[in-house]
Amino acid sequence: MVEPGVSLGIVAGYLLIALAVGLVAYRLTDGDAEDYYLASRSVGTVVLLFTTFATLLSAFTFFGGPNLAFSAGPEWILVMGLMDGILFAILWYVIGYKQWLVGKAHGYVTLGEMLGDRFDSTALRGLVAGVSLLWLFPYVMLQQIGAGQALVGLSGGAVPYWAGAALITVFMVAYVGLSGLRGVAWTDTLQGVFMLGVLWLAVAWVASAAGGVAALTAGMTGANPEFGSLGGGLYSPQWMIAQAVVIAFGVAAFPQVNQRFFMADRAETLKRSFALWPVLVLLLFVPAFLLGSWAVGLGIRVPDGSNVLPVLLNEYTPAWFAALVVAGAMAAMMSSSDSMLLSGSSYFTRDLYRPFVAPDAGDAREGWVARVGVAVFAAATFLASLLVGGGGGLDVLVTLGSTAFGGYAQLTLPLLLALYWSGTTRPGMIGGVATAEAAYLAHVFVPALPEAYLTWDFALWCMLLSLVVTVAVSAVTTAAPEANAAKFGVGAD
Amino acid sequence: MNYYGVVMTSTRTDYLWIAAFAVLVAFAIPWFLWGDATVAAGLPVWLWWHVGWMALASVAFYAFTRRAWDRGVDAEVIRRG
Repeated sequence: MVEPGVSLGIVAGYLLIALAVGLVAYRLTDGDAEDYYLASRSVGTVVLLFTTFATLLSAFTFFGGPNLAFSAGPEWILVMGLMDGILFAILWYVIGYKQWLVGKAHGYVTLGEMLGDRFDSTALRGLVAGVSLLWLFPYVMLQQIGAGQALVGLSGGAVPYWAGAALITVFMVAYVGLSGLRGVAWTDTLQGVFMLGVLWLAVAWVASAAGGVAALTAGMTGANPEFGSLGGGLYSPQWMIAQAVVIAFGVAAFPQVNQRFFMADRAETLKRSFALWPVLVLLLFVPAFLLGSWAVGLGIRVPDGSNVLPVLLNEYTPAWFAALVVAGAMAAMMSSSDSMLLSGSSYFTRDLYRPFVAPDAGDAREGWVARVGVAVFAAATFLASLLVGGGGGLDVLVTLGSTAFGGYAQLTLPLLLALYWSGTTRPGMIGGVATAEAAYLAHVFVPALPEAYLTWDFALWCMLLSLVVTVAVSAVTTAAPEANAAKFGVGAD
Repeated sequence: MNYYGVVMTSTRTDYLWIAAFAVLVAFAIPWFLWGDATVAAGLPVWLWWHVGWMALASVAFYAFTRRAWDRGVDAEVIRRG
């Protein structure tokens, strides 16, 4: 274990760099909401790709993913390929590009705003924002809990949990509050490049220390023959497909990802990102998950509550490098949370505060409320994360956070119908989203309900329910005004 | 046919792209290698399939952006407003 001072120095260094980037971005920011939330729709290919990527899977790439590969085998790489390399790329075009076109034409900043306008319905706008915030709040909490715990581990207990979580919250609020999306996107890009570099360095280091890639794989299959063969154990076809589909569709409606569909400067940016998506998935996840699986053959023992990657790196690489990776992972949790804070604040101010509380608030006022919103949201998740585990009933929130992807996936099929089917109606949308969310929540919280029907995960069935209800209710109700449907290029013919 | 009654230049091309995307989805996991544990050049064969498939997907997506972008999303109608 490296000196806690060195590890904390690395973390402090990262925090200061992030703050500096935020300050530079702040100098370029003008007051209005479109600039604050979307950097005035001016984001180029590299930044868009990396900011979406870093936002999406950062902490999972370093901790959760390798842990899974360590315990169940490296097949998760294939799930990631199907999920993010193929399915999400296609949704990037089918949902993302269309949202970008519509958003550019009509100035939308959030998903709820877009759907609310399409169906001329403040209720739908509020519902989409409300549902999104319901899943977002606990998910941000999980990031703060993770970062707080990582700091405790990194400092050998010198920094208490509450102080770690508080420090990170304050830094995030400072640079998100100051610079908005531009600062977030820039720090995410640094983060993404850093993650890729560190992972490949780690592979090279471990491979050269352990006698090469072939020896690592032979050690892995020697220790657990099932890890070499495709499938088996946790990995059934139904499970792999359900994970890939639910998460890919969930990601597309996750506020901080969905909002990125509005950010691109021009179509060329979306095109390049679309084509590069599978390559980036390949470069990032193959090394991360292979390291996790290889660790099995190296006889790595992971203590309770620890993660396999830091343990492996402590064993096979210099201590400062292992500390750098842990610091990077912690920073990655911040880069996920900062985007979520910003998006959560925009959903709150634009889709709940403005339409329901202060309909005549001006742009300057909204920009100010947005910044306060970031601080309030972060403070609330921070307080909640301190109280979790204290038996105060807040453990419900942890359950919610860990099932968030499925919760967002229930929005995606109605969204697709709204984008492409002229027959979609307001009651159809509200009914489809509300029914599927209710069914999904019931399955998350009622132990008596089964995990799967006919061997397929309940989240998939809830998605099917969202589709069936939206179509059925739309079929028997009157369509939205033709003018609004035409804005989306779908006519009410 | 879209709202303004403009027939897409080639519906058959649309279907070919949909079929191509469907194949990319269907074989992202090499089902025909299920249970296979063959190792080649230090890694399981199914992992090499993944590497090749992601590269192929990237090439296919690139071709789509060059030749078929704007298909199926009513781009012209939205731009016209």
